[in-house]
Formats: sequence, C-alpha cells, structure tokens
Amino acid sequence: WRDVYLFVFAFFALCVALLTLFARAFA
Amino acid sequence: MNLLDWLVLVGTMVGIAAYATWRTRHTDNLNTYLKGNHNTGWLTIGLSVMATQASTITYLSLPGQAYENGIAFIQNYFGLPLALIIVSAVFLPIYRKLGVYTAYEYLGQRFDSKTRLLGASLFLLQRGLQAGITIYAPAIILSTVLGWRLDLTILFTGLLVIIYTVTGGSAAVNLTQRWQMAVIFGGMITAFVVLLSKLPHDAARIAGAMGKLQAVDFTPDLKRRYTLWSGMLGGFFLSLSYFGTDQSQVQRYIGGAALREGRLGLMFNAMFKIPMQFLIVTLGALLFVFYQFQPDTPLFFNQTEWRRHVDGPQGAAFRALEEKHASIHADKQARIRAWAAARERGDAAAEAQAREAMLATQKAAEAIRQEARDALRSVDPKAKTKDSDYVFITFILTQLPHGVIGLLIAAMFASALSSKAGELNALGTTSTIDLWRCFRPLAAHDEARNVRNAKWFTALWGFFAIGFALFVSFAENLIEALNIVASIFYPALLGVFVVAFFLKRVGGSAVFWAAVASQALVLALFFLGKAYPAREIGYLWLNPIGCAACVIFSAILQAVLEGKREPALPTA
Repeated sequence: WRDVYLFVFAFFALCVALLTLFARAFA
Repeated sequence: MNLLDWLVLVGTMVGIAAYATWRTRHTDNLNTYLKGNHNTGWLTIGLSVMATQASTITYLSLPGQAYENGIAFIQNYFGLPLALIIVSAVFLPIYRKLGVYTAYEYLGQRFDSKTRLLGASLFLLQRGLQAGITIYAPAIILSTVLGWRLDLTILFTGLLVIIYTVTGGSAAVNLTQRWQMAVIFGGMITAFVVLLSKLPHDAARIAGAMGKLQAVDFTPDLKRRYTLWSGMLGGFFLSLSYFGTDQSQVQRYIGGAALREGRLGLMFNAMFKIPMQFLIVTLGALLFVFYQFQPDTPLFFNQTEWRRHVDGPQGAAFRALEEKHASIHADKQARIRAWAAARERGDAAAEAQAREAMLATQKAAEAIRQEARDALRSVDPKAKTKDSDYVFITFILTQLPHGVIGLLIAAMFASALSSKAGELNALGTTSTIDLWRCFRPLAAHDEARNVRNAKWFTALWGFFAIGFALFVSFAENLIEALNIVASIFYPALLGVFVVAFFLKRVGGSAVFWAAVASQALVLALFFLGKAYPAREIGYLWLNPIGCAACVIFSAILQAVLEGKREPALPTA
C-alpha cells in the first residue's frame, strides 16, 4: 500500500504542476 | 425538448422503475449486490469510482461556478488526495477494529454518551441543512424543463422524495445508480464535444484573456476563497472530515467491510477527482466563451423566473434591462473580435489596448447582471438571484441533439432523487440509532419499532429540507453553499475524532466542552465575516481553525481537570 500511496501523491503533484503551467500559458 | 426527448425521458424513467422491480424480486441477488463482492477486480473498482465521481449537483452547479468566476474553484480539491491517503492509511485500520454500527457510537464507547450525542447532533444539523440545499438539484431540473416556478418544484420533488424513501422505493432505484451516473458521464462528454464544435478556434485564448483560466493562485491572502494555500490546507481538513467522520462514508469502512476495496476506492477517488473536476470547470469556462458569441444570451439564466417578471406588472423595467444588456453584449462581442484580430496580426500594442477595452465591456456586462439581480430582489425579496446553477442545464436543453437531451435529463433527475433519498435515509437512521435509542434505551431491541421510527424521522427530515429550501434564501450557488455548511459544522466534529484516535489521555468532559467552544468559535468567525465583509476570511480556512481549536482546547481542559485531581478518565 505504501507504493500505492507514493504513486497517488506523485500523480497529485504532477496535476498541480500541470495546472500551474496551464494557468501561466493562458494568463 | 421535443416529442423524441419526452418519449426518451418517460421511457428511461419507466425503464429504471421496471428494472429495479425485476431485480428486487430476486432477494438473494439483491443481498449479494448490496453487500458487494469482496473479490472485485481493481479495474472494476476504478471504473465504478470514475463513473460515480461527480454527483448531479456537481454537473449542475460547477460549470456555472466556472462561468461566473473562472476555474479557480479547482483548488478546493487540492487537499483531497493527501486527506484520502491519511484516511486510507490511518483511519481505515482503526475503524475496521471497532465493533460499532455508526461512527458516533464509537464516540460513546471512547468518551461518554454526551459526546456521542454531540457528534450525532453536529452530523444531523449539518446534513439536515445540506438536505435543504440539495433539494434544489431535482427542483431546478424540473423547473427548467417544465417552466414551473421553483418553489412549486421544490415542494413537488420534496414530497416525491419523502414518499419514495419512506415506502422503500429508494433501495430499488439505487440499483441503477451506477448506470445513471454512467449516462450522465457520457452526457458530459457529449456536451463537451458539442461545445467544442461550436467554439471559435481561439476560444481557450479568449477565456484566458478574460481571466477565466486562472487555475492556481499563489497569493497568500486569507480573504480569497480559492488559493493554492486555502485548497491545500482548508481542502485537506474538509476532505478529512467528510471521508473520515461522516457516517455516509464511515459506514463503508465498519461492520466487516472489505479493507482492500475501501482503500482502492479511496485511492481511485484521490486520482480521478482533480482531472475530473478540471474537465467540468473547463467546460464552464468554455461555456462562458460560447455565450459571448450567442446573439440571444440570457441576461438572467433562470428564464422561468425572469419571464414571470417580464410579463408581470413591472415588466417595462425588466424589458429596459434586457435592451441595455443586448447593447452591451453586442459591444463586447465586437471588442472580443477586435482583440482576436490584433492578436492574429501579432500587434502587441493593439492587442493590449483591445484587451483593456474587452475587459471594460465585461465589467459593464457584470454590472448589468447585478442590476438585473437587484431588480428581481426589489420585486420579490425572497427570489433566488444566483442563476449560475442554470447555465449548464440551459446549454443542455438548447444545444444538445434531441434524444440525448431526454436521456440526460432523465438520468440527472433520477440520480438527484436517488442521492436525495440516500441522504434522508442516513438522517433517519442516525436519528433513530444515535438520538432516539439514546433517550429510549429500553425500546432499543424492538426492531419493528426502530424501523417505524426511522421512517418517521426520514419524513420529518424531508419536511425540514422542504421548509429550509422554501423559507431560507442563500446567496451562493449550490456547490459553494454545501461546502460552506460543511466548513461550519465539520471542523469541531473532526477535532473530536482526532482527539479520540490520538490523544488517549483526554476524557469525555474535556473533549465535549472543547468541541462546544470550537464550534462557537467557528460560528463566531463565520457570522463576524458576514457582518464585516471587509474582514471575512475564505470559508475553507474555518476547517483547520475549528479542528485545531478543538484539539488544543481538549488538551488544555484535560490538563485543568487533571490538575483538580479528578478520578482517572476512561480511555479507548
């Protein structure tokens, strides 16, 4: 389950990074 | 809606009822279905979580929220993945070891009966108020489709839900809940494709230039509702409360439920939530662009309410507002085209100038919408003047292919009724188990009487919800109103559970009074913010403040009580 939690957390961090880039691109 | 839509709508509703009746005749299968199969494949769990990821309220309300305020609301979900990891790793194993039926029963075991009553009361108060808000979802659908007044459809759908829940119909219709959600999910994708086909090629650029695509806000400002910080911290505590202490969620973890299934469900939820909500808010931002180029964009999206006043005694004033809006709308359209042309030419100076002009007309358009709301309120002080919940349903009814409209409306209405019935059932059951049986312990073993009482409580909460919806007006859209109510009543409850799990020395009296004090603190912060809007903090911040206050007050009170050398207090 530790592997699952790490994967989910990494996926979440990727989502926030992509959303930040998205906001910058259309600012 | 044309004849084909009505045929599909009625056919779908009859189909749902017939399928449910057929399924419930085979009781053995039903039991298996309701218990769930403990060896479900991970892919099946994932698909099921994805299909049921968003409720009808989300689909109804979230696009309108983005239409008005942009996609910043997505930050509200930034705390959710981490909260779900904590619930899965820490809360689930604890709940699994408890021999209890409800989360609040555990509070009675760990502390005392007054803390159990307080926990159950906070849950009931919060869910009861939310029931008065969620009743708007089916009522808005019905009001828009039939053109009936909203208060009539609230009364009609409210009574329908009460009858259908009390007579036991909800369990049967819940069988088709996954299919309803899958149809709605498909409808959402269809709406997105139809919308994209009707948009100009630079639609995303236009939405961005008009400030609708600011997904992440790093401003450390407590007054702003949605920032990276309020989402990460406030959203974390809000999600922790919902998934960790709400009976509707906790009942999935206790009573010998499969640990692996519960955890996988939570993890898929943590994965899908942000991408899924991003899809829905982006749809709302693009709807904004779509309506910039429509000649007949409504000034007020609740057209039933608006038409009633246009045809009423003060119709001239409302028609004058419509004409003013049409003129500003045409001007704004021209400004947007001028900005897009300057951008195509690569003329940076002209582009910046055109953008300023475009934003100025947008401000004028917002001002005229505010004027329209004020006009409605002056004629009818109880009118619900927030119309963003009507934006997406208006698009569905006017732009989607016929046949799809009927199917989607039927699925959304059935799903809204199902979740409403589930909510009333939870209120009725918790009222019976945690309140009534507490006061009447001798009657606790009379199962027939318990079932009868649960039905009475369910009906009572149904009437409370109708009354709240009819007589209390709130100035928020549905999804924000639900979040605000949760942020007021969850934090103290979460604090009680955190103390129960992690502060083994703290006893019942300390945590009870700490919860009362922290609940009073949260209410004071909320109402002071309403009285002095300049000092209002974003509602998400109430979550960490209330929870932390409850934990700190508990520790201090326990130390004071121990200082007075009270006898040792029980621990879990």
